[in-house]
Amino acid sequence: MEEVSGNPLHGLWALTIRELKKWYKEPFVFFISIIQPVIWMGLFGKAMNISAIITNNLPPGVPQWLADQMMKQTFGTSDYFSYMAVGMLSFVTLFTTMFSGMSIVWDRRLGFLNKVLSTPVARSAIIFSKILSATIRSLVQVSIILIFAFLLGLQLSPSFTPINLLGVYAILFLLCIGLSSLFLMLAIRSTRWETQMAIVNLLNLPLMFASNALFPTDAMPDWLKPIANLNPITYTTDAVRQLLIFETININQLMLDFTYMCIFSAAIASISIILSWKYLSK
Amino acid sequence: MTGNIIEARELTKVFNGYLTAVDHVTFEVREGEIFGFLGPNGAGKTTTINMLITVLKPTEGTATVCGHDIVKEASMVRRKIGVVPQEYTADEDLTGYENIILCADLYGIPREISKKRANELLELVQLTKFKDKKVETYSGGMRRRLELACGLINRPRILFLDEPTLGLDVQTRANIWEYIKLLKKEYGMTLFMTTHYLEEADALCDRIAIIDHGKILVTGSPDELKSKLGGDIITLSVNEDRNISGIIEKVENVREVRRIKGEYRIKVKDGELTAPLIIEALRNEGIKVTRLSLSKPSLNDVYLEYTGRSMRDQEESVEDFRVRRIALRRARRRR
Repeated sequence: MEEVSGNPLHGLWALTIRELKKWYKEPFVFFISIIQPVIWMGLFGKAMNISAIITNNLPPGVPQWLADQMMKQTFGTSDYFSYMAVGMLSFVTLFTTMFSGMSIVWDRRLGFLNKVLSTPVARSAIIFSKILSATIRSLVQVSIILIFAFLLGLQLSPSFTPINLLGVYAILFLLCIGLSSLFLMLAIRSTRWETQMAIVNLLNLPLMFASNALFPTDAMPDWLKPIANLNPITYTTDAVRQLLIFETININQLMLDFTYMCIFSAAIASISIILSWKYLSK
Repeated sequence: MTGNIIEARELTKVFNGYLTAVDHVTFEVREGEIFGFLGPNGAGKTTTINMLITVLKPTEGTATVCGHDIVKEASMVRRKIGVVPQEYTADEDLTGYENIILCADLYGIPREISKKRANELLELVQLTKFKDKKVETYSGGMRRRLELACGLINRPRILFLDEPTLGLDVQTRANIWEYIKLLKKEYGMTLFMTTHYLEEADALCDRIAIIDHGKILVTGSPDELKSKLGGDIITLSVNEDRNISGIIEKVENVREVRRIKGEYRIKVKDGELTAPLIIEALRNEGIKVTRLSLSKPSLNDVYLEYTGRSMRDQEESVEDFRVRRIALRRARRRR
């Protein structure tokens, strides 16, 4: 009477599609989620123009190349907008993934979670569908941001090749997996979206500012450096900068970035899946 | 298969170590019957269902559904059951059709089959016209029907319905009842439902279990339970404060007299003949009957008999129920 299909991916994909449909079938929400990071980049990136601060306020007699050199020493590129636009890619990922925890809270509240739990879908598929959909959403947004950044004046390094772009997506993919797992993990037992909001607000700022996304970690105070150096956003942003805008690629550093991100995302995703076995149904 | 599709043994759920929602419950559900859990809010009905559908793990005891242990073989159970939850769980942002297909995918049903079946089920619950409308535009009754269709997508051997008509108007409720009867008659499906509506249990269920404070008080068919009460019931009030049970008990055919909140609840044989005799006997003592009603036993009387409370008349304890229910809800969510 009942047919059984052994394919565990079926439920995973169905649940992922559900999340994505909720996103793109709501044109207004879709538009907002795309436009918001563009506004961020346009306003923040263009208004806080550090390159201009330095070059426009040079004391008489100081040559222009010295200013450029200062910028390069500090930021690795003479154009702050390019520096910061790359940081925005990590931001977009952070903003999109940090609300992934919220959806599981809603699913629990509305009873949808209970219904899914009473079907043969693997418990891990429930969590993984949310990780996957947040990742897909983030990468779509990242692509759009990248195009806008380019239109607004992002200067690619002379050594840039399309293969670098693959690397950019690979490391951002790892960041998405890691961050969405992290926020889902924190939401897995929660029934109150208020709690979830508080967690998001708490983690949001340190993840954002204790990183090299807007400012190099070298210039940070000593107590902040170790924190920034643990932050996955630091590693992701560094890798993306090397691949997109820095003139020379530091292979060792790039390898370290990828290794760190692989370990980070694999570890956090594994923990969240183990927790889903344990805590989704009890 | 022993003919029992569900066998629950000493099933118990304690939340947070102190809140006993279900207390050593034992019962069987036979293949092909409609079995009802009847009880007030907070009695432990939903918690029992959640254990049977493998969403909650029992603290103690065990149960088998379709021959599979609900803890050890949970995934086998999940394949064979359908669930219509108390809440509206369909995704509001998707259409009715998309929701059914989503359910089908959760069971891993191949798309060729699920498309055909989704259309059949939409036809069955008369939602074909609205299948491409977003669920947020649906009325309560339409949503309930959609939930019903979703619960049937895997052709379950047993369908669990948690308060299937909660919050629906009389007409829609009758409509849902028709579907439930149809499922039993046409498909030979077993249905396990919870309800706190007496008339619903009476109209639909082959057998019911009355549950209160997490315990099953009695199990049987509605007729069995009613006939166990032994005869008709006369309820009367008099213009006298002292207890007059003694006088009434002496009247012929009177089996039992109970005084509940100033009223006398009298179990009698042949109520139509006995009522005048009681009035007569009281008049001889100078007592005037101010109100009298005669009723054939209903499930409400059964309920009253076993719980000492009327289902319809819970005003005095409404606050207790509310507190208990909120505590249960919290515990259930926190888990």
